[in-house]
Amino acid sequence: MPSLVGSRVERKEDKKFLTGKGRYTADINLVNQTYAFFVRSPHARAKIKNVDTSKASKAPGVVKILTGKDLADDKIGGLIAGWKIVSQDGKDMKVPPHPPLASSTVNYVGDHVAVVIAESLDEAKYAASLVKVDYKILKAVVGTADAMKSEPIHEGIEKNLCFDFGLGDKAKTDEALSKADKVIKIDLNNNRLIPNAMEPRASIGDYNPSSEELTLYTANQNPHLTRLVLSAFCAIQPEHKFRVVAPDVGGGFGSKIYPYAEDAVVAWAAKKIERPVKWVAERSESFLSDCHGRDHVTHAELGVQNDGTITALKVETIANLGGYASLFATVTPTYLYAPLILGLYNIPVAFCNVKAVFTNTAPVDAYRGAGRPEATYMIERLVDKAAREMGIDQAEFRSKNFISKFPHQQCLVHNIDSGDYSAHLKKALEVADYKNFNERKKQSEAKGKLRGIGFSTYIEACGIAPSAVVMSIGAGVGLWESAEVRFNATGNVSVFTGAHSHGQGHATTFAQIVSDKLGVPLENIDLIHGDTDKGPFGMGTYGSRSLAVGGSAIVKACDKIIDKGKKVAAHMLEANPDDVEFKEGEFVVKGSNKKKTIGEIAFACYLPGQYGEIKSPLPEGVEPGLKETAFYDPVNFSFPAGSHICEVEVDQTTGETSIAAYTAVDDFGTVINPMIVEGQVHGGVAQGIGQALYENAFYDKSGQLITGSFMDYAMPKADNFPEIKIDYTCTPATSNPLGSKGCGEAGAIAAPPAVMNAVIDAIGTDISMPATAEKVWEACNKNKKSNAKAA
Amino acid sequence: MKKFNYHSIKDTKEASKLSSANSIFLAGGMTVIPSIKLGLGSYKDVIDIKEIKKLSGIKVSGKIVKIGATTKHAEVASSKDVKKAIPSLAKLAGGIGDPQVRNRGTIGGSIANNDPSADYPAACIALNATINTNNNRKINAENFFRGMFETCLKKGELIESIDFEIPQKSDYQKLKNPASRYAVVGVYVAKHKSGTIVGVTGAKSCVYNEKSLSDKLSKNFSSNSIDSTEISPSEMNSDIHASAEYRANMVKALAIKAVDAC
Ligand SMILES: Cc1cc2nc3c(=O)[nH]c(=O)nc-3n(C[C@H](O)[C@H](O)[C@H](O)COP(=O)(O)OP(=O)(O)OC[C@H]3O[C@@H](n4cnc5c(N)ncnc54)[C@H](O)[C@@H]3O)c2cc1C
Repeated sequence: MPSLVGSRVERKEDKKFLTGKGRYTADINLVNQTYAFFVRSPHARAKIKNVDTSKASKAPGVVKILTGKDLADDKIGGLIAGWKIVSQDGKDMKVPPHPPLASSTVNYVGDHVAVVIAESLDEAKYAASLVKVDYKILKAVVGTADAMKSEPIHEGIEKNLCFDFGLGDKAKTDEALSKADKVIKIDLNNNRLIPNAMEPRASIGDYNPSSEELTLYTANQNPHLTRLVLSAFCAIQPEHKFRVVAPDVGGGFGSKIYPYAEDAVVAWAAKKIERPVKWVAERSESFLSDCHGRDHVTHAELGVQNDGTITALKVETIANLGGYASLFATVTPTYLYAPLILGLYNIPVAFCNVKAVFTNTAPVDAYRGAGRPEATYMIERLVDKAAREMGIDQAEFRSKNFISKFPHQQCLVHNIDSGDYSAHLKKALEVADYKNFNERKKQSEAKGKLRGIGFSTYIEACGIAPSAVVMSIGAGVGLWESAEVRFNATGNVSVFTGAHSHGQGHATTFAQIVSDKLGVPLENIDLIHGDTDKGPFGMGTYGSRSLAVGGSAIVKACDKIIDKGKKVAAHMLEANPDDVEFKEGEFVVKGSNKKKTIGEIAFACYLPGQYGEIKSPLPEGVEPGLKETAFYDPVNFSFPAGSHICEVEVDQTTGETSIAAYTAVDDFGTVINPMIVEGQVHGGVAQGIGQALYENAFYDKSGQLITGSFMDYAMPKADNFPEIKIDYTCTPATSNPLGSKGCGEAGAIAAPPAVMNAVIDAIGTDISMPATAEKVWEACNKNKKSNAKAA
Repeated sequence: MKKFNYHSIKDTKEASKLSSANSIFLAGGMTVIPSIKLGLGSYKDVIDIKEIKKLSGIKVSGKIVKIGATTKHAEVASSKDVKKAIPSLAKLAGGIGDPQVRNRGTIGGSIANNDPSADYPAACIALNATINTNNNRKINAENFFRGMFETCLKKGELIESIDFEIPQKSDYQKLKNPASRYAVVGVYVAKHKSGTIVGVTGAKSCVYNEKSLSDKLSKNFSSNSIDSTEISPSEMNSDIHASAEYRANMVKALAIKAVDAC
């Protein structure tokens, strides 16, 4: 059987999705089901003086109306911030309570105030319009940069400051900067994004009063964690009586890694009324209440010697957390950001300060890349500016400062096991035809257009999260992964993973691994995930971790299966277990033609016992059955890296910018399925281009979300993208048995600086994201005016 | 969503009969359905006019391109007749929204709705269009568009067709809103025997004839003649997508592009 790892196997899951047979949470309908509709705050910041449900309760079809008071009466706990961050002064971060239904204050437009449960959705909606909430409107705090100067929005949280985090050696960094030949400074904003997964969030609570079991169906990337939080912190239901199912999920991008208020409320309400309660977000609710992404304001300084050697880096960032601290919100701008500010450069000393602030906007949490895009955008813009100011070629300046020996202990946190940065840059320069860029620039100029080229040589840290590493830097837990490989008696295989697929194609990739390991045909392998009642406890999918960590757990479980198989085969073939080899699905006694297929072994394992003359296939002391579980805790992060090169064309008369060419050369270590990886790169780059040129969540001064629909929030569309040229280099990861590094977020991490550096190259001026037509036009116009003056 | 009565009708007489103060016509539904869904409009009767045969189709005769009210954008975009007679009109239709919108949205719905950022109204102005209604009114485009989402149509009056005058030369240039694909600014330049008309959409609360450009181009149809014209931003829209000043500049920039493309 030829090896499947490395081949473009078609996605097993596509047939159902492409023929409309996917089964999402909204597709599930339960007997006797009720419908929930949330009463949300229309104000960004207000005190709730009174919630009057008397009129609404009498509306037709209403089953129950629940408010923050009911929640408190039932002692339902609040949502949590999962990572404790310690400030530079040694004090713990300050986090406000986050009740699933607000009872005293609301902190962003869309905050949850009450839930109306009715026999139909229309009735729930109508009754919700009759719930009278008496608000005392307060002045909203909206802007990231001046949140600390504004009135505190949460009691006891001075300056709206959650934490003031530092990483690195400040004194040494300052000293190195003062000695540098040149200090390059930059001010950046990382625009706020709305995730916009294709499937809006949805959840259904279903309580069985007979077994006292609660089931929550939810569009979620991480069902075990969701169950844990709702049990341990919200105290809705003990874990052993609680099943969380995340069926087909239509995209998450980080916004579905954790339970939301709606999940908690729907689960609690179902238990309370002993009927299923279903909630499906409308798209406008997604805009308002899905956690947003990014939203940083950053100042950074790079010390450089005249020969182009980087000597120091100092970064100061204000990160907007929104109205509350969401589950991954505090780890994203700290441990997922600060260690990555160094990029793939050999920087001897650095310091990163992050101040996280609360504002009256939707909570901000991990979004495709989580921390790494912010770090990459900063360092790649800064390096670009340095090369420009020093008159050194972009590729040359980068190469000069690349880390070149591995393993490499960076000055902040990471120990990078493997990589070859010059290799992917060299390849990218070839694929992008860098040497003929000036030709193309002239051709654009002949059409009256400006053309620019931009680089992004990036690194990221995936495979979150090795317990030993993350706990040493202050994280409360590590993030291992689980797998169970279960042979059925008939020889086909059920593989359970704690990772969750919501577009990544695990059913295919993971099956490819198992097929190669065990010699079982692909069609006889089924991947099961997303149900806490089925597989072992898992950590879900995000942070490009599934293959490196979850895939490795599967490899480990397969190895255990093979070990046991050898013992059984040896017994059956009357050989010494050490003489049995396993190859392509067969156990063979070395130097003989005696062999058993893995199917025969599986069958034997399920039917042991003496039968007349025939003795049991199982050696003494070996248990029947063929099923193995493994938990894999990686020894280190993995470090995908790559070089992306973007070319843009700018129409000066309107400011419209189009992507003329895009090249991505990535080192993801071992690639299991290049077709699926290409899809991940395409999607990531598309999101990155979206951030650079189009997307921006905009709140007005009063905290109203002005970009609350697709009419105003510019999601990029297919015709905004060129053909993306993709290629790879490969230095296998040493931290996991597959050698894989992770590819899910790379595009979104690499693309924004590549695009922005290209725009800046074209127009010759700094500009902020998103580079909208008006901003670019203004910049071109200013240039023209100042050129005219100079002349 | 509030309940309503749905009527699918076959001729225009039924339309007059059924329409009331509490009814709405439904063509492609691209505006009507979202507005009902979002609770912005609620009606007792929704009168679907798509099945009225005579309201659909394209006919070119002499100097006129006649387009039936329920003709879809995609049909106009791909019509050989339109492409031959007024290529810029086919181009305009092909640049509306996205394929889904073009396959349902209609010219009559677009014009009746008179969205300040819609494309067709600019064509109506520049191509000196006549809007024909079931009240036997023939309304000139300059009189038809009254203000933001406002036309001179009376309650229950149905657009039957639109007559566009075939120009000597024309072009439409549009700066697309990257989110909705509506026009941030759209400029339709048409050179007729009698003079040039520059129809502008997206820039102000209602489509209009930018006379300062039309006059100059009527005298001398070249981009040089408008190069130094200053367009005042004073009545222009300003929103998160574009400031008034930018829009004013774009009116001229797009007019120049259009003239150069003619
Ligand atoms: C996502 C999206 C993007 C869009 N982008 C663009 C764009 O780029 N450019 C652009 O110009 N437009 C755009 N549109 C508008 C679209 O092209 C339609 O023309 C517009 O929505 C009207 O839709 P409709 O024809 O389906 O009419 P309907 O929604 O059915 O009706 C609209 C209004 O017109 C009335 N009406 C319809 N037909 C008649 C008639 N014959 N006589 C009298 N009254 C009538 C209806 O009663 C209603 O008040 C976009 C729409 C959407 C949803």
